[in-house]
Amino acid sequence: MKLTLILSAVALAASLQSAHAADKIRIATEGAYAPWNFSGPNGTLEGFEIDLANDLCKRMNRECEIVAQNWDGIIPSLTAGKYDAIMAGMSITPKREEVIAFSTPYAAAINSFAVLDDSDLAGLPMAGKPLSVDSEAAGPVLEEIAKLVGGKTVGVQGSTTASSFMEQYFKDAADVREYKTTEEHDFDLVSGRLDAVVANATVLAAAMEKEDMAGTKLAGPLFSGKVFGMIGIGLRKEDTALKADFDAAITAARADGTVKTLSEKWFKLDVSPQD
Amino acid sequence: MNLFDIPFLVDNFLALCRGIPLTLQLTVLSVSSGAVLAMLLAGLRLSGNRVLDGLARGYIFVFRGTPLLVQLYIIYYGLSQFPELRRSFAWPFLREPYWCASLALCLNTAAYSAEIIRGGVIAVPLGQIEAAKAYGMGRLTLLRRIIAPQALRLMLPAYSNELILVVKSTALASTITMMEVTGIAAKLISASYRPVEIFICAGAIYLLLNFSITRLLRFFEHRLSRDQRPHVVATGEQA
Repeated sequence: MKLTLILSAVALAASLQSAHAADKIRIATEGAYAPWNFSGPNGTLEGFEIDLANDLCKRMNRECEIVAQNWDGIIPSLTAGKYDAIMAGMSITPKREEVIAFSTPYAAAINSFAVLDDSDLAGLPMAGKPLSVDSEAAGPVLEEIAKLVGGKTVGVQGSTTASSFMEQYFKDAADVREYKTTEEHDFDLVSGRLDAVVANATVLAAAMEKEDMAGTKLAGPLFSGKVFGMIGIGLRKEDTALKADFDAAITAARADGTVKTLSEKWFKLDVSPQD
Repeated sequence: MNLFDIPFLVDNFLALCRGIPLTLQLTVLSVSSGAVLAMLLAGLRLSGNRVLDGLARGYIFVFRGTPLLVQLYIIYYGLSQFPELRRSFAWPFLREPYWCASLALCLNTAAYSAEIIRGGVIAVPLGQIEAAKAYGMGRLTLLRRIIAPQALRLMLPAYSNELILVVKSTALASTITMMEVTGIAAKLISASYRPVEIFICAGAIYLLLNFSITRLLRFFEHRLSRDQRPHVVATGEQA
């Protein structure tokens, strides 16, 4: 009798807790993609997206909980209901849109090669200049790059737009290796296992400020285009009300310059979407 | 989610099968080199020399007591941090994820197998060894005729367990960019976002591999234990 009482009390407490948790919006991030999202020195999550998420939640008048989740399973876990939204530097791509919905974009995605200073690839064309891979001018540049990276080993983070980009444009030329995180391919770039890596330019630039990445630099153009997409919040397709809330909050944050301010704080450049 | 999307399952199963050669290569390479190292370690453990025994004990303690993933990361990401190593003769090997994965698996399985071998050897009844010595058998003859055949039979069940564990452990090589069955699975999932179906296919491949291995080992066990089975003598009287 006593036991049943205790058990039902526990069950009641548990159900109250889950009801309480349902009010919160649970936002997943990767926590290994500085300066977008990363674990700070004392283990708490920090970065552009953490600041932006807190700002958006304040605008929506909702309580939010930000959790770290491996990039690999970040979309399946969203559809499985482990959390309600993804803010992890995730580009809006047609393939992802088959599975999940996206909010209106809050940032543009710019990718680049990174190489060792003394690499053969250090002199890739159009260094530091923006290049949309969908533009007509891109054709000859991409061809020239394909020739230069021929036979080289290039690292990318798996399941990213950088890996789709390599697959789409340099699949036959380079040997592409996929890593779980960008930090891991950075290690292998420095150790010499890789000739180059491709990743989001802001992430690479931030990594290069660390001492371990001394002797590396960005090479070639700053790529943008359809394959990279814009960055938005990933949501379950059925959560249309949540999407409407986030859309309104992002539009407001873009309009009053919050996105721009946060972008300049974390990236030293404005990545807010231009449309 | 539709688990009965047969064309999708077939396509992905076939794509995953392309990882089998690498999975098997990693297994065979690490098991064979690991077995040699294990015999050496078991020899040290049984040598009766306290220093050699202590060395082998230390090795086994470290490699059994730490996760294989940690060992793999230390070998792959840890060692490459030292510029001295990157200039050394070992770098052409340690540069390649293939050799790093094989090395980690080999060192790890050697620690477990050494204890299995040692267990098999000490399980051989002492009386038999004494009797063989009394017959005047030399150490090698003793090992070949008395210890090895019995120890092999005694350790085979435990060793087949270890082989199965190695096959499954090769999945960790995917964490250092190897495209074996699990590595390909991760890539296919990132293309389709359908982890359930693809992991089920990958699991089925490991099941098939391990099923073949257990069959093979059971066959050997059967061969080696011929003298342990009661002889069936057809007398024709009692039937």
